[in-house]
Amino acid sequence: MSALVRVENLKKYFPIRKGLLRREVGSVHAVDGVSFEIKKGETLGLVGESGCGKSTTGRTFLRVYEPTDGKMMYDGVDLASLNAVEMRKMRRKLQMIFQDPYASLNPRMKVLDIVGESLIVHKLATGKEVQARVEELLTLVGLNPAFANRYPHEFSGGQRQRIGIARALSLQPEFIICDEPISALDVSVQAQVINLLEDLQEEFGLTYLFIAHDLSMVRHISDRVAVMYLGGIVELADKDDLYEEPLHPYSQALLSAVPIPDPVAEEGRRRVLLKGDVPSPINPPSGCRFHTRCPIAETICVEKRPEQREVKANHFVSCHLVDAEEVVA
Amino acid sequence: MQKKILDVKGLETRFRTDEGVVHAINGVSFEVNEGETVGIVGESGCGKSVTMLSVLRLIPMPPGVISAGSAEFYEQDLLKLSEKEMQSVRGAQIAMIFQDPMTSLNPVLTIGKQLTEPMLLHLSISEEEADRRAVELLEMVGISEAEGRLKDYPHQFSGGMRQRVMIAMALSCNPKVLIADEPTTALDVTIQAQFVDLVKRLQADLGMAIIWITHDLGVIAGLAQRMMVMYGGLFIEEADVKELYANPQHPYTVGLLGSLPRLDGKHAERLVSIDGLPPVLYAPPTSCPFAPRCEFVVEKCLEENPALEEVAPNHKVACWVDIATGRMK
Repeated sequence: MSALVRVENLKKYFPIRKGLLRREVGSVHAVDGVSFEIKKGETLGLVGESGCGKSTTGRTFLRVYEPTDGKMMYDGVDLASLNAVEMRKMRRKLQMIFQDPYASLNPRMKVLDIVGESLIVHKLATGKEVQARVEELLTLVGLNPAFANRYPHEFSGGQRQRIGIARALSLQPEFIICDEPISALDVSVQAQVINLLEDLQEEFGLTYLFIAHDLSMVRHISDRVAVMYLGGIVELADKDDLYEEPLHPYSQALLSAVPIPDPVAEEGRRRVLLKGDVPSPINPPSGCRFHTRCPIAETICVEKRPEQREVKANHFVSCHLVDAEEVVA
Repeated sequence: MQKKILDVKGLETRFRTDEGVVHAINGVSFEVNEGETVGIVGESGCGKSVTMLSVLRLIPMPPGVISAGSAEFYEQDLLKLSEKEMQSVRGAQIAMIFQDPMTSLNPVLTIGKQLTEPMLLHLSISEEEADRRAVELLEMVGISEAEGRLKDYPHQFSGGMRQRVMIAMALSCNPKVLIADEPTTALDVTIQAQFVDLVKRLQADLGMAIIWITHDLGVIAGLAQRMMVMYGGLFIEEADVKELYANPQHPYTVGLLGSLPRLDGKHAERLVSIDGLPPVLYAPPTSCPFAPRCEFVVEKCLEENPALEEVAPNHKVACWVDIATGRMK
């Protein structure tokens, strides 16, 4: 099956300006050569620690930020080449759910206006139709349709996230970018939202890019998972493949660091502890971005940036030291 | 038999608010023995932080009131001490670290100044001696070039390093008890793993007891020997860690564990979600506070709040129902 989403060598640099003339003195290499594909109806998990560029990748794809370089193909169209009018039409198919349900809903707008706004903007409904459609959407996400006339502050975090989901669904999109949709929620409420996202995917055949730092949740919801480090994807594979046999030293360390809610399983685990912190993306390390913290780094890692290679079927790794023949054997 | 150092009995804390009196803690009792690690687990607003802040008398009064109970530290009731006597306990014998290392360090004072302050206050040592010990402490928590860094300000440290400084400060006067209030929530997983490893090593060397407050059932599984689950300002289940994860008896604990996906993939296809929201109590609970969200609820649950009772050795549960049969005990 061909890919619905295909990102090739995407780059997004943010300029750093200083002085009276706002001269550009450098740039933050937030996303630096990211490539991946997502098939229709699939969920791709994008994981990594804070500042690795996972949210910027998602936002750049929707042209919230203008890409610096690279291709962003959606259903055969390069989103980077569209003008504002064409992009607005395209946005009907592409939606986003945000992390912070407190900041992503306008506190002065009623739920009816928040969810119904895009219907009016895209001229899909007027007057009574908007009301009816909003009520239908609220029911769909498990909220009482009578709540349409309330304001966001009257809802809990989990309910607000449901409003955000209803808004994203209002235009009947095909592809939704979920940017840390559950990080701000309590554990028992997280499960409610995840179950809702799974039900909606099944009902409408949605395709998700699920951005998160919770690796356990990403394994649960994704089909395939990409691990990001300092602006680049270091490993991309089917989820079970990746979680059971991570090949990149960073994925190995990251996965070993995640605690498992089971004291017996925890006892038998060996942690790969990384030294130090993530380097700054303003002046990223030469060669492999991870070489400053990598337990097995060699000279080549300092000199040359590794390419993304398919070391076994559907398992991509960017590391000089992972031997394809060894992996297959 | 280990020696008991902290013995809290029937603690109740209320807050006067514009909406009414919030009953945050409704009769909490627990013990902590020398050198052990105890976990207090619960969702936001359940009262886990307020419990420990009440023991240290750090809640703002007013609006807060500790309306009942005792908190004996080496057989001396902390709630009856004068403010002056309390100051000699706080920071010296019982220390606390908080969730956000950025807001709990003073941004305009150097790390050295902040590190030596408690030592100069509680230990009768000279400034030179305190400086020397500050360097030792920073080295102990793994901060390199410690001597030079005493003159640095908090913003010159990364999040993980700030949390290390916090723990160095907390341990500077050799406390008998360390209270850690969600210390890793703001940290990335690999940094969290470094920090948890550090805390375990420090405890092995220094032998203090740790009370670890968290909402993360993963971190606590590999850290604590005993844990308490909190809901609606009450402990609803208490057991040895292994027993609690293997054999949870309260419907809320069962729900919490079921709502977590596991990194090792050993979980159900669908997450268990607990419908509804945690309560805000404007009156002391006369019925089980979990009853409105509970799938096992019977009439008795709405009539009387169950007390914490032993169901197996070292395993206490506050529930009228035996969840194995779904009937009253």
